[in-house]
Amino acid sequence: MSEMTNMSAFEIAESVNNQTVTATSVVEKSLALAEALNSKLNAFLAIDREGALRAAAKVDSIIASGGSPGRLAGVPIALKDNMCKVGLPTTCGSRILQGWIPPYDATVTKLLESEGAIIVGKTNLDEFAMGSSTENSAYGPTLNPVDLTRVPGGSSGGSASSVAAGIVPVALGSDTGGSIRQPASLCGVVGVKPTYGRVSRYGLVAFASSLDQIGPFSSSVMDSALTLEVIAGFDLKDSTSYDEQMGSLSAQKGLSVEGLRVGMVTEFVEGSDLEVVSALRDAANALTSLGADVVEISIPETKLGLSAYYLIAPAEASSNLARFDGVRFGLRVEGSNIEETNVLTRTKGFGAEVKRRIMLGTYALSSGYYDAYYAKAQQVRTLIKSGFERAYQQVDVLISPVSPTTAFKLGEKSLDPLAMYLSDVCTIPSNLAGHPAMSMPYALDSKGLPIGVQILAPALREDLMFRLAFALEGSSTGAPSLDDSIKEAINRG
Amino acid sequence: MSSRISPKEVAHVAMLARLSLTDEEAELYASQLSSVLDHASDIESLDIHDLEVTAHPLGLVNRTRSDSVVSGLSQAEALSQAPDEAQGMFSVPPVLGEPS
Amino acid sequence: MANAETDLKDLGVRGESDFLPDGWELVCGLEVHTELKTKTKLFCGCANVFGAQANTNVCPTCLGLPGSLPVLNERALEIAAMIGLALSAKVQASIFHRKNYFYPDMPKDFQISQYDIPLNADGYLILPSGKRIGIERAHVEEDTGKITHLGGASGRIHGAERALIDYNRSGVPLVEIVSRPDIASPEEAREYVSELRSTLVAIGASDGKMEEGSLRVDANVSVRPIGETPFRTRCEIKNLNSLRSLVRAITFEAHRQVAAYLAGEKVTQQTRHWDESAGRTVALRNKEEAEDYRYFPEPDLVPLRPSEEWIEGLRSQLGELPKERRARLVESLGLTDTNDQIETAISVELYPFARSALAAGLDPKITVARCANELASLAPLDESFEISWFVELLRMETNGEVSATQAKSILAEVAKNLISPKAAQERLGFSQLTDDQLTKTINEAILQNPKEWERFRTGEAQLQGFFVGKIMKATSGKADGKAVVRILLATAEQR
Ligand SMILES: [Mg+2]
Ligand SMILES: [Zn+2]
Repeated sequence: MSEMTNMSAFEIAESVNNQTVTATSVVEKSLALAEALNSKLNAFLAIDREGALRAAAKVDSIIASGGSPGRLAGVPIALKDNMCKVGLPTTCGSRILQGWIPPYDATVTKLLESEGAIIVGKTNLDEFAMGSSTENSAYGPTLNPVDLTRVPGGSSGGSASSVAAGIVPVALGSDTGGSIRQPASLCGVVGVKPTYGRVSRYGLVAFASSLDQIGPFSSSVMDSALTLEVIAGFDLKDSTSYDEQMGSLSAQKGLSVEGLRVGMVTEFVEGSDLEVVSALRDAANALTSLGADVVEISIPETKLGLSAYYLIAPAEASSNLARFDGVRFGLRVEGSNIEETNVLTRTKGFGAEVKRRIMLGTYALSSGYYDAYYAKAQQVRTLIKSGFERAYQQVDVLISPVSPTTAFKLGEKSLDPLAMYLSDVCTIPSNLAGHPAMSMPYALDSKGLPIGVQILAPALREDLMFRLAFALEGSSTGAPSLDDSIKEAINRG
Repeated sequence: MSSRISPKEVAHVAMLARLSLTDEEAELYASQLSSVLDHASDIESLDIHDLEVTAHPLGLVNRTRSDSVVSGLSQAEALSQAPDEAQGMFSVPPVLGEPS
Repeated sequence: MANAETDLKDLGVRGESDFLPDGWELVCGLEVHTELKTKTKLFCGCANVFGAQANTNVCPTCLGLPGSLPVLNERALEIAAMIGLALSAKVQASIFHRKNYFYPDMPKDFQISQYDIPLNADGYLILPSGKRIGIERAHVEEDTGKITHLGGASGRIHGAERALIDYNRSGVPLVEIVSRPDIASPEEAREYVSELRSTLVAIGASDGKMEEGSLRVDANVSVRPIGETPFRTRCEIKNLNSLRSLVRAITFEAHRQVAAYLAGEKVTQQTRHWDESAGRTVALRNKEEAEDYRYFPEPDLVPLRPSEEWIEGLRSQLGELPKERRARLVESLGLTDTNDQIETAISVELYPFARSALAAGLDPKITVARCANELASLAPLDESFEISWFVELLRMETNGEVSATQAKSILAEVAKNLISPKAAQERLGFSQLTDDQLTKTINEAILQNPKEWERFRTGEAQLQGFFVGKIMKATSGKADGKAVVRILLATAEQR
């Protein structure tokens, strides 16, 4: 593997600012890897060689003229393909948006670029972020670089896979029910879902508006801290974005966790595989040895999360996805009138999982069912919030498994939607409560597959969450070994 | 297998969502949606009607912007992704009925 | 047998309160949509203007592009609450909902509106007649784009070959004002809309232009035998874009329904369209059919919790409402009821003139008359027409510096050339005759008409007009009538 691609975002930005390397050389390397590996991983739906090199040259010229391009100078970054960047297609992994080029930038795109980051491409995802395996993409599944027979998790599988394979040090994903944390866990990288409202959703194609949140993937905890510091903040274009400043995350590195009260969530442990649970216990022991007080804690309300989520998310999605009607953008299958055109377009443009959720959500909102389903599920959110509140009176942070299993085989769960939905059981409650949570790669199972540990914190306490993550990083088994054919391709390139 | 939702109901829902389904698809979706709704019976049976709903996790209120004009898209930009256009407008096949 | 679709003419109706056959009454509620006078749209920064080139006031949000988000316009919210206050409604904590249905003029295929918890609830409007019409709610929502139907017969939806969509209007702020079914005649409906419109215009909420669609009315019409308590099936009539259409459509529809009942038919709940040229309402489609809006709270917007201070701040900006203006004029004229002159004088354009003149202590009768007649006939007045000019002119007239006739001519001159009344007076050569000049003219008139003078002098008061006429003629109308009378009487006394 080349030296440069081993560099963290933190190191790249430092080296570019110091003129030890040029942004162009870093980006060139990242593009070359992306191009070399994409035929195997299908992690990218678009690689923007021209635009990335142009942006890198601009960063280099700013440096040359004595300027300072920013905190992420020259850092190659991949965006999940549900975030807008002018000039690049945004497909959401769907046929219905094939070729759609947004005329505006997402707020995160602007923020990253304003700090000198280079967007190298757009990554694959489950169609409209609906899935837990990145198999539901109209453009084919993304594979897990650790084992090409396995899924990378989802829905941000392309971003997780591209970071795990070393193509980019940082990628952005979106997390509605675990779509950043679960693939991070399955690919062995760090993945962060910030507090709802911490990062602007403007320019993120909505799946479920009250749950969606953008966050980073990276190999190191520091890179996620750095990236989140750049993208977090109030945005006048997002009425639900939070206006209070986030404390420094990178400053949490090296801070002691002594005396920190850590709760291990019983309900999330119960349904998880033995190896996953044992990795979590190892992490707990490591924290204990660092001086933290680890206790088991029960939050029974979280058991209701899955049901609530699979009513709320589809309901909001059914409405958010109505606009894909063939009138203003994207696919149109023209019929003899507009009503028929809507039906033909949507029937052809959406995949099975998206249709399933649109119908589930339409049903949950329809007259006669609203109170029993949607309204009830929103009340359950209140229950889950109060469950967490109770827990946070006793402990400062929580830990749990991210996913009950390690990466599963392609096709293994695609015929049983409910089984697939169950892989989000540990991650969903944080979305419902709006709390931050992240996945830390911690151990490997007997097959060498990565196992993540989830760290959960109260709303707006990303600082505490990162302090624990930095502390755990020291005892983590580190990056998994990549699939042989990936290693080979990297060496050849 | 319970059938909380029938293929006929699935077809009605599909109509509301502007999707068309074959009979086989309606059958399949009916059984898949039924199993998800079965799972949701745990919350259906909760007696919590006095409980507040959480629509916004952080409880923000009164978010507004000032009434000042911000430049948007040009006509060409607006129409650049249109499947069909005419006379500066989005062109679609005829509309059958008035909105309700 | 009575045909339910009988033509309006055949029914021989004019729209008074007893317009229905004996024993039947109208039950009518109106939904009035008013576009708000803001600089920008409800949820984005695009300009809120009428008549721009198609799709030039659009952005990702009002085009409903994927990834876009709404942010509420502060001013739209303020105006909406002011409407509530003007209608004596409760301005309350509220949220936005999504109303889901597919239609190509609605870019997101849902409308952001308010549903079970509107911003304003439970108000009323007192009509000039004294009748109180309840207001159920006045809620905030966004407007749709505009569809042009191409081909086919007449630009109508039916038989068109293509539809073209302009989203300039998409997202324009609306307030929907829903009355209770308290309206009992087509005339009352007209009165209600017209009073509501004056109120909206008075508080600066709307420009009230029905012809530009900034005020749109839907009518819910049902009828029932007098004495029956439950409501019967109602029909909703759309496309009422003038007061005339409103009256005609309600009249037609009420008669149609009575005729149906009398013929033993049923009235089905439906949306009907007012066809102005045919003078009739026609069914659009049955309401039972697939209407399921799947309302749910808009997750991209946060709840509204108006504070007491905010509400009171807006209340202080309301200014005088039409009902208060009316009351002020009725009182200053010493009347008990309003009249046509008062109704004209309280209009948004004229009232500031009346108000200032009254405040300056000028004669209310002259003030209201000059506003309602002369000033009204000169409308629309140029923006630089100064209120102080009008006040000054009335003062000149009251002081007898100019005659009533001259005052009217001066007013026209002022409006035409936008000059002060003094300047206009000079330009018209209406420099007032001095008392000496008048006395000289009067003496000449006495010499020429000695018999008449003698009769006047000895008490025949009706001859005053004779002399005033002579003097006016001699001075080509330049004399001030009051001054003439004063000098005439003084002269008669002396001799
Ligand atoms: Mg409405
Ligand atoms: Zn706009």
